[in-house]
Amino acid sequence: MRGFSYLEGVSTLRLDPGRCNGCGLCEQVCPHDVFSVSGGKAAVVDRDRCMECGACAMNCRPAAISVTPGVGCATAIIGGWISGAKPSCGCA
Amino acid sequence: MRWGIGRGSWRVAPGLYCVGEAGPGSPVLVTANCKMSFDALRRELDGVDAWILVLDTAGVNVWCAAGKGTFGTGELVRRVRAARLERLVSHRRLVLPQLGAPGVAAHRVREECGFTVTYGPVRAKDVLRFMENGMKAEPGMRAVTFTAMERLSLAPVELVGSLKPLAWASAALFLLGGIGPGIFSPGNAWHRGAGAVAVCVAGILGGAALTPLLLPWLPGRAFSAKGALVGAVVAGAFLAADGTSTGAIPGVATTLAVSGISSFVAMNFTGATPFTSPSGVEKEMRRAIPLQAASAVLAAALWIGEAFIR
Ligand code: SF4
Ligand code: SF4
Repeated sequence: MRGFSYLEGVSTLRLDPGRCNGCGLCEQVCPHDVFSVSGGKAAVVDRDRCMECGACAMNCRPAAISVTPGVGCATAIIGGWISGAKPSCGCA
Repeated sequence: MRWGIGRGSWRVAPGLYCVGEAGPGSPVLVTANCKMSFDALRRELDGVDAWILVLDTAGVNVWCAAGKGTFGTGELVRRVRAARLERLVSHRRLVLPQLGAPGVAAHRVREECGFTVTYGPVRAKDVLRFMENGMKAEPGMRAVTFTAMERLSLAPVELVGSLKPLAWASAALFLLGGIGPGIFSPGNAWHRGAGAVAVCVAGILGGAALTPLLLPWLPGRAFSAKGALVGAVVAGAFLAADGTSTGAIPGVATTLAVSGISSFVAMNFTGATPFTSPSGVEKEMRRAIPLQAASAVLAAALWIGEAFIR
């Protein structure tokens, strides 16, 4: 996946190391190698690789991670602009 | 199924399935009731004794369903209880596809039904290796890929999806094509209309097939920019092949139209990729849509105006 980074500096991903207990789950679930956990703490290696899928935040028990998850789908975003609702994708 | 037709009917009944001679010690693998996901998993478990717990995701694959929350904590806990899994197996472990993680909170599953969630590899083909390794992922098993074949296999869906807008645009173009000094000419409508439809088709192919295929090698990060670039090249080839539309005005109009359409269609491809973020796509769209619209309007104006100066 290297070489497939998308736009820079847009991801909503935030990590609060103070809350992290080093369980390592974020590193396991992230499909883009965004985290590295060592010495009992998680660190964000490359935030620009994050696609905001939300897997890390969902599985972080102490809620050290926050991210606004959603679908990176242009059709859905246009639909969301028109209807004023949260974008949802016709993905199957 | 890749063609995007009748995908909704490809479902598996939710519930617990037995593979081989599954017993109390056999692993429990969880998947969605999308036939593609289920079959992929069952194929990999050939010759293995295991349980497959199928969640009801309305036929949608694991990743998309996890994003929507249908492949989620609540549904998983419900299915574990409905299958009375705690009586069937002696262990307390569920193996989930990693891409289900956006919908499932492992700690909550444990609190609610006593089963521990282990996230397996991204691809079903690695699941056996993963289990043989003592539930440890090897390097590469956790990352999503997006190979040329994977990218190209998505093109048919994009192409089918563009047929309806193309039909509407064609009707409009044939009508507009007839406008000229003689008010309306059926001959012109046919000839000029067909030319304009061909331009649209070239733009769609550029955005839906060529851009995805060439994705890693195209400069820049924004899909709209990559699509526009491909569109400009396609327009050049189109003009070179079609000797009739020579001259500056048709040349500019064709280039604007093909790259504008290609850019828009390519931008829509972001939704099919496994690495674009919603924040990024929204940012890209705010910048690109006005440009795409402007090039389409300008192309149309030049094209209609051209009929009058001939
Ligand atoms: S999932 Fe949360 S607690 Fe666990 S390592 Fe990652 S940030 Fe730390
Ligand atoms: S939101 Fe998804 S892609 Fe982004 S860091 Fe978390 S798990 Fe990785």
